[in-house]
Amino acid sequence: MKLPKIKPAELPAKGAAWADDRLAAAGPVRRMMNKVFPDHWSFLLGEIALYSFIVLLLTGTFLTLFFDPSMTEVVYDGSYAPLRGVEMSQAYASSLDISFDVRGGLIMRQIHHWAALLFMAAIVVHMLRVFFTGAFRRPRELNWIIGIGLLLMGLAEGFAGYSIPDDALSGTGLRIVNAIILSIPLVGSWLAFAVFGGEFPGHAIVPRLYIAHVLIIPGVLVALISAHMALLVKQKHTQWPGRGHTEQNVVGHRMVPGFAAKAGGFFMMVFAMLALLGGWFQINPIWLFGPYKGEVVSAGSQPDFYVGWLDGSTRLWPAWDITAFGYTIPAVFWPTVVLPGVVFTIAGLWPFIEARFIGDRAHHNLLQRPRDVPWRTALGVAAVTFMTVLLISGGNDIIAEKFNISLNAMTWAGRIALIAGPPLAYFLTHRICLGLQQHDRMVLAHGVETGTIKRLPHGEFIEVHQPVIGGNGHEGDGGHGSSAAEIEASYKQIPVPKKMNKFGAGGPATRGFFRSIEEPDAPEPSTAVATRSEDGDRQA
Amino acid sequence: MSNNPSSAQTPGTALDDSSVTQLDLVREGARRDGVEIAHYRPRFNVDSPKSRAEKRIERTIALCFLLTGVAALGFVAIFAFWEWKYQPGAGADKWFTPLLGTAMAVALLGIGFGLIIWHKKLMPEEVAIQDRHDGASSDDDRVLTGATFANLATEAGIKRRPLLKGAIAFGLAPVGLMAVAPLGALVKDPGNKLYTTGFTKGVRLVRLDGSPVRPDDIAAGGIETVFPGIPGGTTNEYADSPTLLIHLRQADSAKVRVPAKYADFHYGSYYAYSKICTHAGCPASLYEQQTQRLLCPCHQSQFDVLRGCKPTFGPATRALPQLPISVDSQGFFIATSDYKEPIGPAFWERSA
Repeated sequence: MKLPKIKPAELPAKGAAWADDRLAAAGPVRRMMNKVFPDHWSFLLGEIALYSFIVLLLTGTFLTLFFDPSMTEVVYDGSYAPLRGVEMSQAYASSLDISFDVRGGLIMRQIHHWAALLFMAAIVVHMLRVFFTGAFRRPRELNWIIGIGLLLMGLAEGFAGYSIPDDALSGTGLRIVNAIILSIPLVGSWLAFAVFGGEFPGHAIVPRLYIAHVLIIPGVLVALISAHMALLVKQKHTQWPGRGHTEQNVVGHRMVPGFAAKAGGFFMMVFAMLALLGGWFQINPIWLFGPYKGEVVSAGSQPDFYVGWLDGSTRLWPAWDITAFGYTIPAVFWPTVVLPGVVFTIAGLWPFIEARFIGDRAHHNLLQRPRDVPWRTALGVAAVTFMTVLLISGGNDIIAEKFNISLNAMTWAGRIALIAGPPLAYFLTHRICLGLQQHDRMVLAHGVETGTIKRLPHGEFIEVHQPVIGGNGHEGDGGHGSSAAEIEASYKQIPVPKKMNKFGAGGPATRGFFRSIEEPDAPEPSTAVATRSEDGDRQA
Repeated sequence: MSNNPSSAQTPGTALDDSSVTQLDLVREGARRDGVEIAHYRPRFNVDSPKSRAEKRIERTIALCFLLTGVAALGFVAIFAFWEWKYQPGAGADKWFTPLLGTAMAVALLGIGFGLIIWHKKLMPEEVAIQDRHDGASSDDDRVLTGATFANLATEAGIKRRPLLKGAIAFGLAPVGLMAVAPLGALVKDPGNKLYTTGFTKGVRLVRLDGSPVRPDDIAAGGIETVFPGIPGGTTNEYADSPTLLIHLRQADSAKVRVPAKYADFHYGSYYAYSKICTHAGCPASLYEQQTQRLLCPCHQSQFDVLRGCKPTFGPATRALPQLPISVDSQGFFIATSDYKEPIGPAFWERSA
């Protein structure tokens, strides 16, 4: 038999032809590669969450090779001398082994934990971006709801993750969760016994949380993330209003090569940052906490930040048990079940609440600047204030200790701030938004300050302003003749240039580190101004 | 601005024309995908010799990737050869994790910076504009798909054969129940477990190591965590039983005011209170001797030891239950009964 002669240069084309004969994928693949992604730093926040998730899957898979979720009591006999001979669960012992007796286990554990924190933080910041720019509006309500689902699932996943090492801190957290489940009216005690497989702590909870942590919740997360991305591809990105950007198009880079290169590079950077955190910064040092024992607790026991706000709400809630007809609704129920229920319900339904409230049923692909929707921005900041007070209160004992403040004063300060803070934040934010709008309009009316002082023939000194809108008055006059209606019409809710370098006045910086590697281009302020004026017209 | 504007505008570029460039084909592909490459400008003229600026960028990117290679090899070398096993004290092993992290980060940053510099400095500038084709399907699609669905009912003839409707409802509904029923395996009757602890009449109060406690063992003003002296009593099997045995100083003991029903629960100036916070179940174990308060570190509930451990601050609503104690014939502390009320956090069935 004669072997076919292989020409390496032809292999890609031949391989592609082989696949296309069977899949007819040339069209769809090219369409995917030509998909256009808009360019703005705030669109990268969700990507950070996605990349952290990939890092979580990679490091998590490593950890499953060594972790044993059994709650059987064993006597520790590993490398960490202070705990040698101590009775502990197999889960805790294997977590210690990962930290001390598995080569590279500690860095994997620490990258995993840091990645979980970054995952949640990125989701929260991404969500705030989407909220403050109105990206959740029709047609993207569904993706907003999926996002809230991701936040909730991430919270559950994180809680399960830091609970399964079965150290004293995670056991304390589980005991509080036991109390929270017990507090649910009617079914609490039965539910708690079902979850824990009997009276707390039992022997079932760590294996159950483990299977939730490595199979069930990651499965749901993968499904939700896939749906999130599929909707994103189908509906395409939102984009900021600006030159040539309309409701009917997307302006940016094609996915390949531009977006792919940047996204790939950004993934590497996120991963690198997590590697540095995992290598240098200790996180969750379980060996310092010891095994979980029912009578053990330490001062300064805090959950991770995404659960911390619930700890704060539990601390601030007053001692109000409701008892009637021989039944009890414990105080714990309100800040830990009702409050998050209300918070997540309002958050999930927000696109519909807002649409109904302002009667906006239109399709939106262009984003809004936060200053241009002052009431929504103010509401968002009020909500962030509310959550921040709760989060700070979740660590109020640490603050009380470090700053030598009375613990009780911290609790009361938290209670007052929780009620007074959000309205105050609303008021201030609303004023700031209006002020920023006002300043934009002022620049449109008077032009940009140039710093050039001119003396007029009759002796008056004036500052020369660079007009932003063309055609209105002479240069130096700064469009003083514009009427209020004209200014209003020219305010396009897009960034207004406020410094002369936006007009190219400064000229481009010279490139090169020790010596110049090129001649700088000559500054061209006049043409730049002309382009800028065009922007305004194109917007209309 | 584009370097070859004519080809972008011509619809239906002849793909086999010999004058068609690769870029023309890319533009044509994009056009067919609803993407207009509105601005496309190579950063360097590829027909002329490389400029100093271009060479410099080329070197920078090459350096990034070479650095990645070196750091990745470094990672493997550190992983394989560095002293990694934990030793007490400060040793080379303490540098294992930071070195791994650094090598990994440098390797990844090399790729990251290499890719991004490549994109920003070498690849052509481009602005592409894609049409959205937003909104609902066409009216035709809606009508046709709607009819296809509606026809399902017609084809199946549900309206004509109502018996089937009923049969399906009665027949299939239980399948849902069948799917959920196995979860019933999780159900456990709480019974009276929430009302009892490991203590019963005559059970000794023992320390964590199992040794019984005599009154003399605790100095005035001191406390001791005690457990029921039964098999497994000090383990998490009895996580509801840890109890705080407090020996009040004489002066403090005289100030104690407790409800009459607890009058004989204490033994002299020794008082035993459940260590499990009545709020969320953390051990309320921070004892402040000067103010005679117990503090729960989880949510900062505070209990007044001289007033029957009633809550004085924080979210807890009920006093820590008191364990009735005495001393047996051999002089060791015993419980004279279990707690008289459920310890720990409240629940629905708990009356007051």
